[in-house]
Amino acid sequence: MSEKKEMTRRVLAEYTYEAPPVERGYTGQTLYVNLSDHTIDAKPVTDMMKEKFVGGRGFGLWRLWNGVNDDTKWDDPENEIVISSGPCGGTTQYAGSGKSLVVSISPLTDVVIDSNVGGHFGPLLKFAGWDALEIQGKAEKDVIVVIDGTTGRVTIEEAPDVPVDTHLIGQWLVEDMAEKEEDRYYMSAVSAGTGAEHTRMGCLNFSFYDRKRKAPRFKQAGRGGIGTVFRDKRVKALVVKSPPVKGDSNHPADQARIARVGAKLHREIRDYDDEQNQMRRGGTSYLVTIMSDYDLLPVHNFRFGSHPDAPKLGREVWKKRFTQGIPDGCWYGCTIACAHAVDGYTLRTGPYKGQTVIVDGPEYETIAGTGSNCGIFDPDAVLEINFYCDTYGIDTISFGTGTAFVMECYEAGVLDKEKTGGLELTFGNADASIELLHQMGRGEGFGKIAGQGIRRMKEYFVKEFGADPQFVQDIGMEAKGLEYSEYVTKESLAQQGGYGLTNKGPQHDEAWLIFMDQVSNLLPTFEDKAEALHYFPMFRTWFGLCGFCKLPWNDVVPPDNAETDEPAKIPEHVQNYVEIFSGVTGREVTKEDLVNMSETVYNLQRVFNIRLGHGRRDHDDIPYRSAGPVTAEEYESRAERYDSQLQEFLGLDPAGMSTEEKMAALREYREDQYEKLKDAVYARRGWTKDAVPKVETLKKLGIDFPDVVAVVEKYL
Amino acid sequence: MILVNNRDEVEWEEGLTVSGLLDRFRYTFPHIIVKIDGEVIPREQYPTRTIPDGADVRVIHLIAGG
Repeated sequence: MSEKKEMTRRVLAEYTYEAPPVERGYTGQTLYVNLSDHTIDAKPVTDMMKEKFVGGRGFGLWRLWNGVNDDTKWDDPENEIVISSGPCGGTTQYAGSGKSLVVSISPLTDVVIDSNVGGHFGPLLKFAGWDALEIQGKAEKDVIVVIDGTTGRVTIEEAPDVPVDTHLIGQWLVEDMAEKEEDRYYMSAVSAGTGAEHTRMGCLNFSFYDRKRKAPRFKQAGRGGIGTVFRDKRVKALVVKSPPVKGDSNHPADQARIARVGAKLHREIRDYDDEQNQMRRGGTSYLVTIMSDYDLLPVHNFRFGSHPDAPKLGREVWKKRFTQGIPDGCWYGCTIACAHAVDGYTLRTGPYKGQTVIVDGPEYETIAGTGSNCGIFDPDAVLEINFYCDTYGIDTISFGTGTAFVMECYEAGVLDKEKTGGLELTFGNADASIELLHQMGRGEGFGKIAGQGIRRMKEYFVKEFGADPQFVQDIGMEAKGLEYSEYVTKESLAQQGGYGLTNKGPQHDEAWLIFMDQVSNLLPTFEDKAEALHYFPMFRTWFGLCGFCKLPWNDVVPPDNAETDEPAKIPEHVQNYVEIFSGVTGREVTKEDLVNMSETVYNLQRVFNIRLGHGRRDHDDIPYRSAGPVTAEEYESRAERYDSQLQEFLGLDPAGMSTEEKMAALREYREDQYEKLKDAVYARRGWTKDAVPKVETLKKLGIDFPDVVAVVEKYL
Repeated sequence: MILVNNRDEVEWEEGLTVSGLLDRFRYTFPHIIVKIDGEVIPREQYPTRTIPDGADVRVIHLIAGG
């Protein structure tokens, strides 16, 4: 270990505690830190919280619900950032059991955002004595918060020498905060970066120490601008230190039960990953060429779904770039090990030009967002953008989708070189995209405008540049203010709902139904779609209550899965989760209980959005680009498909129609279909036609608390 | 004529195998279940198993995504 530099650290507030033992996945307390008045305190975790909200996103929402007012904005001091893993988080016997969930009020959407992330912070926070961390208030100057579970001490400190950009924070963490090599294993930091200060799309980086590489690595809570909230609160880093992690640190009710199920999954991954998705060798990058094959890969701002150059960004390219043979899990015991990295990458631009770094990832969303969607098919450019997004604390998805929007505006004449300050932001111009990112890092130029996100860019382009409001609305791929993640949904009504009928905005972690709907035709009726848009968002929400990663659920499947009644649900793996949850908490549950737990949290989140002035039917509207062709070029690229739909569904003869007439007829039809989908989904979820949860729904779920009911009653 | 996923009509041809059908649709996703008239076809039989005329073929793609 290198010699330590002298760092100035001034303690502003201190709190001492005795870490309670973890019992059945819970410590029984959460940590509250107020950066304005320097309050640091413990809050009890009640039985009601465990029963109704479980942990993770549920705990985060409950703390946030009670911490803010009806009119709280993202940059008000009372807004909070809450981080929690969940009762199963920190399990080392079952793959993908180290996730954390972060919730806050988003600067992009002005409603609640939840973002899930790997790395070690959440589990180590628990083993340091806390089921969740709740940060409120705003510091006067930049601070760090240190939670030391080895000494039972929490401090808010001024630390002017501590850097802001994440890869430098990582260095500081391992070089200056650890006494010896072993200390690095059980430390983790949360950080953002300079880009998070100047944009609304800031992400959080959660560190973990990579023992093989002897270096800090990072996973991102990317969505919704929580990194922006973090820097607005003037936090440079949250640091946790815990006692050494052991196989029974989570102190489950039935360790043997967990080990049995975990061993079965480990064998499955060992035996079948190579013939299935090869997550251990290429992570989610396998999706790039597959999405292109199925016309689902976003190309040129979601105009098209495939591109002949897609293989240039495909798995085979990344397998060569990713260092192989290293177990790349982001939590102990994760044998699916998809957290790949490119070692020895030398930066070619920006403030760290010439430095040789580790690039964490890229994952599919980053490749598709910053690559194909911007017409960039150069893996080095994707790596450069990936690294700088992470260290600046910028969400790669919002950056990619936002830049694709800018590029289409540039090519359509809404923007020009004068308006962008000299950046020629055409599709495929990687240098311009990278410079845009650096401008976000510096908080200057057109990057500052683009960093506000698509929704605010639309308003700005209309007001300042005279853009056609309808055009920018149609092509700007955001809903609720959040940029779309990277799948083309034009031909899947169910996935239009999978993105649009969400609580937080268009992120695929609620429901990914494109294959079931568009390809396999398993959801032919509105009722079928509505059932899927009930079950899958609820089931996938459950991972975020417990500390689980979604990938081991369906990125490897048992060989006999095909013969089960509901293969899309991977029934054997659902049963694994029933076993693990019961084995950790001692609370015997069924597969139906998992969905019920999520439904409770999901409905609270919907009510929360309504409380904050959004969350009703029109809040679920989507841009037309996600439902159909906006331009004649798009229509003509799939003319055969669209023409046949006009005939089949509307009884029109396309032969006698102009492209504009055909587009108008198709649009009317598709927009009507989406409204019908809303009706069906709201009914299935127990909501009114205005997307408001009914009181009877809240009663059934046991969250008919007076303050919750008071929110919905205004709209019933 | 064969019917794929209860929607797409495909011209039948002598010797059309499961692999041939998947190639024709560019179905490259690794998590696929193929059923011919209700019978699940083992993956190792895809290159050799021929599809009879008039068959009801289901090619079920299991969900994935990031």
